[in-house]
Amino acid sequence: MFDFSVVSSWIHQFLTSVMPEGLAIFLECLVVGVCILAAYAVIAMILIYMERKICAWFQCRIGPDRVGKFGLLQLFADVIKMLIKEIVELKNTDKFLHALAPYIVILSSILAFACLPINKGMEILDFNIGVVFLVAVSSLGVIGILLAGWSSNSKYTMIGAMRSGAQIISYELSIGMCLLAVAIFTGTLQFSEIVAFQADGWLIFKGHIPAVIAFIVYLIAGNAETNRGPFDMPEAESELTAGYHTEYSGMHFGFFYLSEYLNMFIIAGVAATIFLGGWMPLHISGLEGFNAIMDYIPGFVWFFGKAFFVVFLLMWMRWTFVRLRIDQLLKFEWKILLPIGLFNLVLMILVVVFKLHF
Amino acid sequence: MNFILLITAVLTAFALVFAAYWIAKLLSPRSYNPQKGEVYECGIPTRGKSWMQFRVGYYLFAVLFLIFDVETVFLFPWAVVVRDLGVDAIISVLFFFIVLVGGLAYAWKKGALTWD
Repeated sequence: MFDFSVVSSWIHQFLTSVMPEGLAIFLECLVVGVCILAAYAVIAMILIYMERKICAWFQCRIGPDRVGKFGLLQLFADVIKMLIKEIVELKNTDKFLHALAPYIVILSSILAFACLPINKGMEILDFNIGVVFLVAVSSLGVIGILLAGWSSNSKYTMIGAMRSGAQIISYELSIGMCLLAVAIFTGTLQFSEIVAFQADGWLIFKGHIPAVIAFIVYLIAGNAETNRGPFDMPEAESELTAGYHTEYSGMHFGFFYLSEYLNMFIIAGVAATIFLGGWMPLHISGLEGFNAIMDYIPGFVWFFGKAFFVVFLLMWMRWTFVRLRIDQLLKFEWKILLPIGLFNLVLMILVVVFKLHF
Repeated sequence: MNFILLITAVLTAFALVFAAYWIAKLLSPRSYNPQKGEVYECGIPTRGKSWMQFRVGYYLFAVLFLIFDVETVFLFPWAVVVRDLGVDAIISVLFFFIVLVGGLAYAWKKGALTWD
C-alpha cells in the first residue's frame, strides 16, 4: 500500500532544511488548513450535485442539465449564487448569537471531517481517543442549531431548533451504541488502528451478525443525525418553511447548507472507516493474485469509493421513505433503536469474549 | 503535533466562516426596506413573543439523553479492554448495565418515552 506519511515526512525534512523549525511547522499547518478547506468545499459541491441528480432519477426527472455538460457547471453556479445573495439584517434578532451560530456549526463539521483517515498516513487528527473525540465534536453542532433557532426570534426557527435538538441528541445515543460495539470488537478508539485492525477482513465481515446490526442502526441513526431523509422534521418544508435556518439568508444560510451535506459525508465516511475498512482494500484470504491486484488501487480511492457508496445509501433512504411525525420519530429511537442497540452491545460482548468471530 | 493540528483545524473553521461571510458581504447587493427586518412568518405579522416557554417534553428527553450519554462515556474505557479481560469484563459491567436497562424500562413504564 502507498503510505502517505512518506510524502509528509519528506516535506517536513525539506522545509526544516531550508528554514527554522517553527516556521516550517507553521507553513505545514497552513498547507493542512488549505487542504481541509479545499477538500471540504469540493466534497460539498460533489454531494450537492450528486443529491440533485440522484433525487431527479428517483423521481423520474432528468435533474440539472442546462448549465454545462450534464449540468456539471451547476455546482459553480450554485456557489456563485450563494455568494452574491444579499445577507439580510434582521431587527429583532440576538445579533451576537445569530452571527455565532454558523461558526459553531461549521467548526463541529470541520473538526469531525478532519478525523477521517483518508489514506494510510493521511489522517489529520488521529487521537488515541479518536472515536470519543468524533462523538464529542459532532455533538457540538446541535448547540449551533439551537443557537440559530433561538437567536432568530421567530416561531418557525424556534420549533425547528427544538425538534432538531430533541432529534439529534436522541439519535446520538444509537450512534454511541454502534461505536461502542465497534470499540469492543477492535479494542481501540484510534481511527488508524481501527482501520489497521481490518487488514485481514472488514469489520462487517469479521463481526458478522452484531456488526451488520450495528451498521444498519448506524445508517438509520446517521440519517437522523444529519436531519435528512425520513427524519427531516426540523426543516419540514411544508410546515416550518425551513426550520432553524429560516431567518438566515445568502451565504449565512449557505453555512448551514454546507455543514448539512458535509455531516452526511462524515456519517458516511465514519461508516466506511469503522465498518467497511476505511482505506483497506478488499482482501479475500486464499486468493493471493486477487489481493495483489487490489493492493494496487490506492487507499484514498477505496476510502472515497466506500464513503460515496454509503452516501448513495443515505440518499436512497432519503428519497424513498416518507417523513415521520415527531412523536413517531422519538418513539422509534427510544423504543426500537435504543433497545436494539443495547441488545446488540450484549451480543457483541458475547461474540468477542467467546471468540465467535472470524 | 496532534494538538497543533487540532488548533489548525479550529482556526480553519473560523477562517472559512469569517472569509466567506465577508466576501459575500462585499459582493452582495444591498437594499433598504423597513419590512425586510421583520421576522419571516409567511408574510403575516408575528403575534406574541417567540422567546417563550417551551413544552416540557423536550426537556424530559434531554434529561434522559444526559443519563445515557454519560453512560456511553463510562462504557468507552471499558469497551477497549473487553478483549483482554474476557469473561471478567462481562461480570464487572453487569450491574452497571442492569441498572441502566432498568432505568430505561422504568422511564418506559412511567410513560416518559411517549409523546402526547
